[in-house]
Amino acid sequence: MASAQEPRPSGDVDLASGPGRILIAVYGVFAVAATGRSLVQLGIDADRAPLAYGLSLLAAVVYLVATTCLLLGGRRARLVAIVACTVEAVGVVVVGTLSYLATDLFPDRTVWSHFGQGYGFLPLVLPIAGLAWLRHSSPSRVG
Amino acid sequence: MNVWVLGLVLLLAAAAAVWTILMIVRDESPPSDPYFALLGVLALALLGQLVGGLIALGMTDREIEGVTFVSYLFTALLVLPVGAALALIERTRWGTGVLLVALLAVAACEARLWTMWTAGG
Repeated sequence: MASAQEPRPSGDVDLASGPGRILIAVYGVFAVAATGRSLVQLGIDADRAPLAYGLSLLAAVVYLVATTCLLLGGRRARLVAIVACTVEAVGVVVVGTLSYLATDLFPDRTVWSHFGQGYGFLPLVLPIAGLAWLRHSSPSRVG
Repeated sequence: MNVWVLGLVLLLAAAAAVWTILMIVRDESPPSDPYFALLGVLALALLGQLVGGLIALGMTDREIEGVTFVSYLFTALLVLPVGAALALIERTRWGTGVLLVALLAVAACEARLWTMWTAGG
């Protein structure tokens, strides 16, 4: 963490510094929220809405992966973070749409239902912000 | 759940949030000692709420999902020190911005706690 202030030799912007900190903070909160939610849901009443609860768990894993990769930095973590953010973006749009169209599929809410309405629509904004930051901070040879 | 404690927590969090925004605008980082004192008072209020919330949950007849309720009580308390640590590591306005995220998370936890408590009754 002490090296966070020093520029990388390659001119690469550290993923975890500057605006990245905010992103990590928000991702961290969502990782905790989604993990907690899915564990409680699966632990108490897994049969009630297996699809919704399974998706909650998937969302939790994606948030955890994204948080970790943003913290780690480096080329591989960057690639994994791009995949995680993309999965997230697709997930929130698909689940968000389905939760309006096929309400019987989702008897209980997930983090991504109704485009993340229960979380101030942040789940919709977060992957976009994540991808934007990954692109902005990337060394020119990758971005 | 004591509505006055909840009100106090929200009031302190709101005051800290305004202060945080001022620091971000003026580009003051890391946050000053008086600011951390305010966060300390907020943490004490949250600790009181945690203890009071656990007692209230144990005594109430309301239908409340205990695990979720307790995890919100803990999250509200624990998110502050994590945010403060990040703000001290990253000594720029972005680091201070993390504190705003933490305070919003506290407010979100309070809202959820209150919704659960009133819906359960």
